[in-house]
Amino acid sequence: MSTLALLARNRLALAGLIVMGLVVVLALLTPVLPLPDPDVTNTGNRFVKPFSEGALLGTDHLGRDQLSRLMWGTRLSLAVGFAAAAIAAVLGAAVGIVAGYYGGRVDNLIMRGVDMLMAFPYILLALAIVAALGPGLLNALIAVAAVNIPFFARNIRGITVGIANKEFVDAARLAGMNDARIILGEVLPNVIPVIVIAMSTTVGWMILETAGLSFLGLGSQPPQADLGSMLGEARAALITSPHTSIVPGAMILVIVMAINLLGDGVRDALDPRLRSGALTRPMAATLVRREGPVPEPVGDDVLSLRDLQTQFHVKQRVYRAVGGVSLGVKPGECLGIIGESGSGKSVTALSVMGLVASPPGVITGGAVHYKGEDLVGAPYGRLRDLRGREVAYIFQDPLATLHPLYKVGDQLVEAIRVHHAISNKEARAKALSLLRDVRIPNPESRLDSFPHELSGGMRQRVGIAMALANDPEVIIADEPTTALDVTVQAQILSLLDTLRREKGLAIVFITHDFGVVAQLCDRVAVMYAGRIVEEGPTRALLEAPAHPYTSRLIACVPELGGGKRALHAIPGLPPAVDDLPPGCAFAPRCDKAQPACREGEIALETHGARKLRCLFPETELEGRA
Amino acid sequence: MGRYILKRLVSAVPVLLGITVIVFAIMAMIPGDPATAILGSYATPENVEKLNRDLGLDKPAVQRYFIWLWNMAQGDFGRSFSLNRPVLDEVLDRFGATLVLAGTAFVLCSVLGVAAGVVSAARQYGLADKAITFAVLLGISIPSFFLGMMMILIFAVELRWFPASGMWPIYGDRTVLVLMKHLAMPALALAVVATGVVARLSRSAMLEVLRQDYIRTARAKGVPERGVIWRHALRAAMVSILPVLGIQAGFVLSGAVYIEMVFQWPGVGRMLVDAILKRDILLVQGGVVLVAACYVMFNIVVDVAQSLLDPRIKT
Repeated sequence: MSTLALLARNRLALAGLIVMGLVVVLALLTPVLPLPDPDVTNTGNRFVKPFSEGALLGTDHLGRDQLSRLMWGTRLSLAVGFAAAAIAAVLGAAVGIVAGYYGGRVDNLIMRGVDMLMAFPYILLALAIVAALGPGLLNALIAVAAVNIPFFARNIRGITVGIANKEFVDAARLAGMNDARIILGEVLPNVIPVIVIAMSTTVGWMILETAGLSFLGLGSQPPQADLGSMLGEARAALITSPHTSIVPGAMILVIVMAINLLGDGVRDALDPRLRSGALTRPMAATLVRREGPVPEPVGDDVLSLRDLQTQFHVKQRVYRAVGGVSLGVKPGECLGIIGESGSGKSVTALSVMGLVASPPGVITGGAVHYKGEDLVGAPYGRLRDLRGREVAYIFQDPLATLHPLYKVGDQLVEAIRVHHAISNKEARAKALSLLRDVRIPNPESRLDSFPHELSGGMRQRVGIAMALANDPEVIIADEPTTALDVTVQAQILSLLDTLRREKGLAIVFITHDFGVVAQLCDRVAVMYAGRIVEEGPTRALLEAPAHPYTSRLIACVPELGGGKRALHAIPGLPPAVDDLPPGCAFAPRCDKAQPACREGEIALETHGARKLRCLFPETELEGRA
Repeated sequence: MGRYILKRLVSAVPVLLGITVIVFAIMAMIPGDPATAILGSYATPENVEKLNRDLGLDKPAVQRYFIWLWNMAQGDFGRSFSLNRPVLDEVLDRFGATLVLAGTAFVLCSVLGVAAGVVSAARQYGLADKAITFAVLLGISIPSFFLGMMMILIFAVELRWFPASGMWPIYGDRTVLVLMKHLAMPALALAVVATGVVARLSRSAMLEVLRQDYIRTARAKGVPERGVIWRHALRAAMVSILPVLGIQAGFVLSGAVYIEMVFQWPGVGRMLVDAILKRDILLVQGGVVLVAACYVMFNIVVDVAQSLLDPRIKT
């Protein structure tokens, strides 16, 4: 979407633009409008109230026409504010580009100076400059421009450093272009959006600051008046004739507010991060908008998913991340969910406790039953109570998933105390024993470590300890070993396996690695494009995969000592889940695909202990139900 | 920690020196002859020359700078000609009033700004968020001096809740309660802009943090939403909010100029404006250097607070 269109869509920014446009047009027209001379005094006619005959906004303490003075003052204030912004932008950009482009000693020296200037409270610096140059509007303009140069210089230097190291700049250098041409031709065009953002967010300040200096009597000198000095002169009569103060003050407010609205709009339009709408915060629980009937609980699974559907709604698009998944896990059992990135396995796992980021996530159908209780429809309070206490999570990257600013011990203590009313001391003792349970050496001292002070493997042990804190019934492990190296991975897996046997935990284990599945899981479900394509006991499924996707996925795993065997990457990419093909989602990448595969829904059929969603399986399965 | 504080103090020395250089350089740009400015345009050439010698203005600028610096190091900031008393005495007399005003405004803008930002982020796109966003926009757009004048009109003249000006009544006791009554309006007027800036930044810092994985972890643990927001998210967001609070400290400290003018507050800012209009250079220099030094020192406090907050910062 173009920048202008984005700006126009932002209604507040548009309002700012209209108001600002109006003010600017009026200011430009002031000399030709039939207004009385703003400087002609008429002391017999002082402090006339607004809306009087011949003086719409009344007169000031010298009997001068307020409307005329307001218009001329606005003209002056705008001119000075914009001039200051332009000067600061040009000089600041020049300094910043030179520092960023040349780098090294030049950069060092310039930035030292800039830092020094920024160590000043900047109104103070402006006062010092005006003190030196003497009061006067031009001097106030210079002062306000000067104190804003460091701000521009620092911002633009940062961007320039990034650009100066880009390939196209190197290419220009190799092509023999000189520095001046590179700066003007390659660097400057890329810096201009930043300059525009910085200007649009500071021009309001500059108008305020020059008005401020004039208000103090250090800016425009009588009889010439900008809005600030009008306000300054009116202050003496504030109580007797407030209108002389309110008129110029309100005008400053209107101008600066319009500029700020417009500036925000410009920034939003030019800042790509905001354009994608990435800056929304996830709510406490995933949004639920279930259509259709809620499935009843069946069987004796401690946790069971029934036809679960989770979507991401991004603007007009709907991504069907989880398109109807049914799974179950029994106490003491380990169920693996395997698939490529983007297959929806993590979203499935996070949907269980309503942890899918929302917006954009929405659970649109199905049910999650924990001991027969539907969690999807459960109120937030109930969900929160079960989180961590009955169903706990272990996440992938423990450096990102542990709070960086709290000690490990405090995070464990918190996990315990949100569910149990016990003293800090008791909770700490429990935390200590948890660290022992996950085989962390020197657990006493580790309680006082911060996450960044631990190794990756130790951090993940802490993550597991935290999941175990309230003796949950179910643990959902979302790729807990992916970020770890192989030996640590083996240790973590064997730890999980031991814990499962000791405590009778049900584990749902998300991974993309068949090696891990073989070590730990009793059963495994293979996911592709948001759906389960095959499910069965691990051994049977590994030995005789039935879905072509499963067999290709197994063929991707290199075998140690297997000799020189070609690794079979699966050609093509998983489909985008906002535009799924009819029929089998894997068909476009499958070499066994027939026309029938691309037509209509293919059901997940049960064959004894196994389930399969395929018309032409690799292995014929017995006992079709 | 002690070593870190010491290190920061040592690193402040070049900054402070830089500030004196900048102030001196700006003042050395003054067109014309300071002695003439002091004595007026009817002074005889002999008198001007004598005063120049007395003030040491016949020496080269670099030498004058070092003399000024050396004298300041010994506590001699020179003599204000317009007030005919030592600069340091005058500045210190007024500095307390400015500190009370700016300090109160700083506390107000930190507490209100952060709270508003957090609530705004937690209720993104909700009614509270919209109301706060609008209030913030109004706050950062209104000139503090105009706001102060309007407050006087409404709360002092119309409603008579607060006195219109000054720090103390001319007659009567100087109690804390009396001070607070005088302080309420100026401190609030001074804090409004900074509050808006802090609230804006806090909101976006919170939104950034709330998307992090460790927030999801906190929720997965079953931490109630209030704890997620105020304990987990705010703690992490403070890492980027604190530096902005440091900048706002400078803003309230120097923005106090306007408020001191409007409310007749007996602080450094009003003294500086008077000194500038009377071209009392030594008084301007002394005042600016002391306020800037105070700001530098405060930023060391901010740095130390930052290192306490974030264990990843090497101390």
